[in-house]
Amino acid sequence: MEPVAIVGVGMTEIMDNHLASNYADLVFEASQKALADAGMTIDQVDNVITISNDFFDGRTISSMAVMDACGSYDKNVSTVEGDGTFGAFYALMRVLSGSYETCLVCAHHKGSEGVMSLITNAMFDPIYERSLGIDAITSAALQARVYMERYGVSEEECALVSVKNHGNAFKNQVAQLPLKLTVEEVMASPYISDPLKLLDCSPVSDGASALILASKSRARQITEKPVWVKGVAHCCDAFHLGDRDLSSTRALEEAARKAYAMAGISDPGREIDVVELYDAFSYMELMWLEGLGFCERGEGGKLTSSGETAMDGRLPVNPSGGCLSGNPVVVAGLNRIIECALQVRGDAGEHQVEGVRTAIAHGINGPCGQSHCVWIMGGEA
Amino acid sequence: MENWRENQEIIVMEGRIKVPYTWAAGEVGTRYLETLRDQRKFMGTRCPRCEIVYHPPRRNCPDCFEECEDWVELGSQGELQSYTVVRRHHPQLSPLPLPFAYGIIKLDGADTGFLHILSDFQEGELAVGSRVEAVFAEEREGNIRDVLFFRPVKGVD
Amino acid sequence: MAKKRVAVTGVGMTKQRSSRPDVTGIELINEAVRAALDDAGITRKDVDAIVIGNMDHFEGINYVDTWSVDGNGALMKPIMKVCTGGTTGTTVAMAAYYHVASGLFDKVLAIAWEKNSESDTTGAIITAFDPFWDRPCFAGAVAGLALEATQYMAETGATEEDAAYVAVRDRKHALLNPYAHLHINLTIEMVMESPYLSWPVKMGDMCPRTDGACALIFASEDVVDEFPHRPAWILAVADRHLWAYTSDPYVNQKMVGGTWFPAMEKATEEIYSKVGITDPLNQFDLAELYLPYSFAGLRYMESLGFCDRGGGPELVRSGATDLGGKCPVNPSGGVLSSNAIGATGLLRVAECALQLQGRAGERQVPNARLALATGFGGCFWSDELILGVDKPEKPRG
Repeated sequence: MEPVAIVGVGMTEIMDNHLASNYADLVFEASQKALADAGMTIDQVDNVITISNDFFDGRTISSMAVMDACGSYDKNVSTVEGDGTFGAFYALMRVLSGSYETCLVCAHHKGSEGVMSLITNAMFDPIYERSLGIDAITSAALQARVYMERYGVSEEECALVSVKNHGNAFKNQVAQLPLKLTVEEVMASPYISDPLKLLDCSPVSDGASALILASKSRARQITEKPVWVKGVAHCCDAFHLGDRDLSSTRALEEAARKAYAMAGISDPGREIDVVELYDAFSYMELMWLEGLGFCERGEGGKLTSSGETAMDGRLPVNPSGGCLSGNPVVVAGLNRIIECALQVRGDAGEHQVEGVRTAIAHGINGPCGQSHCVWIMGGEA
Repeated sequence: MENWRENQEIIVMEGRIKVPYTWAAGEVGTRYLETLRDQRKFMGTRCPRCEIVYHPPRRNCPDCFEECEDWVELGSQGELQSYTVVRRHHPQLSPLPLPFAYGIIKLDGADTGFLHILSDFQEGELAVGSRVEAVFAEEREGNIRDVLFFRPVKGVD
Repeated sequence: MAKKRVAVTGVGMTKQRSSRPDVTGIELINEAVRAALDDAGITRKDVDAIVIGNMDHFEGINYVDTWSVDGNGALMKPIMKVCTGGTTGTTVAMAAYYHVASGLFDKVLAIAWEKNSESDTTGAIITAFDPFWDRPCFAGAVAGLALEATQYMAETGATEEDAAYVAVRDRKHALLNPYAHLHINLTIEMVMESPYLSWPVKMGDMCPRTDGACALIFASEDVVDEFPHRPAWILAVADRHLWAYTSDPYVNQKMVGGTWFPAMEKATEEIYSKVGITDPLNQFDLAELYLPYSFAGLRYMESLGFCDRGGGPELVRSGATDLGGKCPVNPSGGVLSSNAIGATGLLRVAECALQLQGRAGERQVPNARLALATGFGGCFWSDELILGVDKPEKPRG
């Protein structure tokens, strides 16, 4: 793949309720921050990709709300409905095509304005599943059960993820939910849909983010610290939960295999320095670590218990606090990419991991991590 | 200029999307739901190439895209592949009063599991791999809720 | 490996119908997908990536990309959803184009669909508008278009009969397309006598509500020879989605140098300069335009540069845009004959491909070599693609 770089990033604070800002306000703030970070003006942006979801926004053509705020006036613009990692991938393709030198990507979400259960219930089939009342949390609980029973992963091991990520969030200024927790406190939080407890679940969040991609030649003109995209791939598993082995991460493994091949990575455990993955629920961090090849299947809990994924461990995972500390859906994946970019640049502030050369960002679409997108980024072209 | 943002109470407008939907079950789904309603039987379809028996039935194999024209009668009992006991009642979603559970159930004769509700169980009675059976509604309307729920099969120990 | 030239090499669609209760949305998608794969002589295994689009609230399905895997072919493959309202179908085509042009994927399946029978179309469209400023007092797509028509007639002196000519033309073309939804031999009198929906727009001026799906195979220059049909090359794409509020287009018309339909004119300027179009009426062999209602068939001709401002009525009444004319518009029968909204833009691209491949049957435009496809949607947004028989000298984006 020809080198393309992330040259500017911007995030709003992630909050439980951005009451004073509508979608356009949030996108404008994030886009302005990304432009300022890149030292660019909107006139220097060739085209724009927005990311939103009509259901979460309660609006058909949800992109319409931000068409003036994202700076797309008199530019080519398009909209991806799904996680930010997928939307940014479309932007990457537009730059790779040679049609554009730069592309601004922005995503927005206000979970506070809708009812998450009803909206995620609408992911399920209207004939066979929806009237049962299933939603994102209850379906994830079915996956957690299969995964934990199959590999003997304990609730305490999952709780460790929650303790670690909420703890990391204290050092991230945009995080919504820094919490000083113990495993016992997570274990004592009420069950919502067992084995998932309140503190195993990500919060409802509001936020927006933006990043700017640039071709190799433009990137070097724009910034002294371009973050190069080394490999990106995505892959989708079957839809019906009963068609899948819910304990399997085969779609993630396939996406990771392709992304590693593009990036020339043969031993991710040694070659990756930091991971930002989509931990919508605590058990997901364990599964996705396995799917990304950082340990054997079923060993995610052991890896976490050993402390290797902590801030001071060998492979820090979600130093930002992850989705457990703030989960504006669709924005969340873009935030994973942005956090990785900041880590590679050495600009992550208090939650900077030392000596990051290569980072992985990861996002999901659909129930129980049906579709995965993997990004690998590094400091050298 | 005065700081007009100070002490401002943000106005919030309440709304609701009101779009009625009529989802057609299609020919395949209609045959399935008719059989469920009229005969209290579950049916799957088999891929002629992969030989997988899909439940819920598929018109085409998701993998090889062959038409799945073979109908297979399935048992009304099966194996519980996963479950979760729901602990928080949702006024608009929860299909039954607490406690109820969701389960993925692989019916006898099917190769894939399907999602349904579990009820009439004791705390701790549900287990991955355990046997469950369908309980049908007396009045059936041709939808997936014609099965009220699944429950543990009694007296097989 | 980047910067590949891209062609449409396979075309599949369902027959466009008012209602398809015999299939679910997933099964409808599968009909079009299998038709496209068969047409291209490939199987699901050969597809490198998939792009899908529709408008969520017409079927009430969240995450259509992951929901429809059984039908869309994405099992253990990459799939991405795009959505931009009425322009969704052309947005899908552009996304598939960039997938291939990037050099990352050689064979990409583009799917666009809608089952408008499953919801209240107007009820869903109303939710497209801003909940504070537009939604409380605005009545859906027809009223928005009627505002445009009223203004157009006032500014140019165009008549309702002029618009009716477009309505009749596209429905006559549809008689030659077995896949079209409406097969009615209309007259101008019949259109004029049809009931008003929102003055000056009458029933006969409006597109129908349709169930349908369309799927295309986009392929890179490296693999086009593997396909049985000759490639229909994508020469360029451009779009403008300029606004957020219903009234924005009208304000801008007066402000920005007197532009008429700014989104379309800006997109047109860009795409024509990429391909070297200076005289569209003579250079294009056909145009498939997303005309949501008949008046658009007058005004868009002006914004697309086929005639001067106000010249739309004279141009269409001359017969130049009829089948057999200088540049037939909507040989497929267009949106006025079939409107499965998400699919509609992709169907425009599909018809251009079939025409350029010489496979358009009774409605074939003789020796078609250059074609224009457009999408319309959102808040008077515009998408445009130019397709040609001749392989472009270089990728043009």
